[in-house]
Amino acid sequence: MSTEALRAPPDSSHLGHHAAAPPLVTGHGAGGPAPKRIVVGYGFWIFLLSDVIMFSAFFAAYAVLFKNTAGGPTAEQLFDLRNTAAETACLLASTFTCAMASLAVGERNQKWTQLSLLATGVLGVTFITLEIREFASLISRGAGPSRSAFLSSFFTLVGCHGVHVTAGLLWLGTMMAQFYAKGFRRDIRHRFLCFSLFWHALDIIWVGIFSLVYLVGTLPRELLP
Amino acid sequence: MSGEHEFDAGSNVGEDRLPGAESAAEERTLGQEVRGYALGLALAVGLTAASFWVRGTDLVYGPGLALALLVLAVAQMGIHLIFFLHITTAPDNENNILALAFGVLIVCLIVFGSLWVMEHLNHNMVPMQELMQMQR
Repeated sequence: MSTEALRAPPDSSHLGHHAAAPPLVTGHGAGGPAPKRIVVGYGFWIFLLSDVIMFSAFFAAYAVLFKNTAGGPTAEQLFDLRNTAAETACLLASTFTCAMASLAVGERNQKWTQLSLLATGVLGVTFITLEIREFASLISRGAGPSRSAFLSSFFTLVGCHGVHVTAGLLWLGTMMAQFYAKGFRRDIRHRFLCFSLFWHALDIIWVGIFSLVYLVGTLPRELLP
Repeated sequence: MSGEHEFDAGSNVGEDRLPGAESAAEERTLGQEVRGYALGLALAVGLTAASFWVRGTDLVYGPGLALALLVLAVAQMGIHLIFFLHITTAPDNENNILALAFGVLIVCLIVFGSLWVMEHLNHNMVPMQELMQMQR
């Protein structure tokens, strides 16, 4: 038997996870508290998940109530899917420009940061404008939130998303001003990290809305489960 | 702290990864990052287009349409999580995944639980017409 075999294996407790180089910080309590940006990002991730849970309650209300039209107009008669497609395109494009902004922040490039954030903002404003126009047209046709349980749950769910997008747009404006006035300081990058997570999460909620509220909601009654 | 470079200072192997950030271990060039996001966008656009197309066509068996749209929506949410929020199954993403899994559990309980309970309530309820008769 050679002396090599008698030596204890170098990685006896890590079970091969980090066979090459034992980590200084394992991320499991060893090595001291996590850096601030990890704590900030994780805390905001938890907030976003709680926000998603709030939306799930509104989704559940819509799913339960959307057949209860109280003799009023149904989703099939009310919704214009071309408008929904345009809104979806705006939000999808803005999520991409927001990702481009986070790359520009990583590169510390002021010009591209401001340009991508501006594009994100313009697309977000377009989205909100389309949504407000749709709401106004529904209300003018006598299909306001007080018409039926279906319309109450629709305005609550979609309106709540719209309020989130509006708040996100205000946040976006302050982020642009902060990058412009204070540069790429660490605390400001942390705020921007939270903003980009928020914006991407809003797009995920919108995927649920356009699929279930608009596309499934407007299916002919006999095709619904 | 130098203030400007502390983003790279903690590039230890096995550090926790935050949602929305690339792993410190795998250094990627700007071009690769852009291409990654472009791929995510292309997949998301493709799935969105598929949803709208499926809704308009009669190629899919009618009663299965709602399920097909649900599957497409869940797939697109997954694409967003992976490409834009950078949630993966890597070991340094464990905390984020666990929080997400708990969130998904609660969402499913709320949505499917509500549908289930309200369906049974509807079945057991006296129809509205009869209720009106009884009140007379």
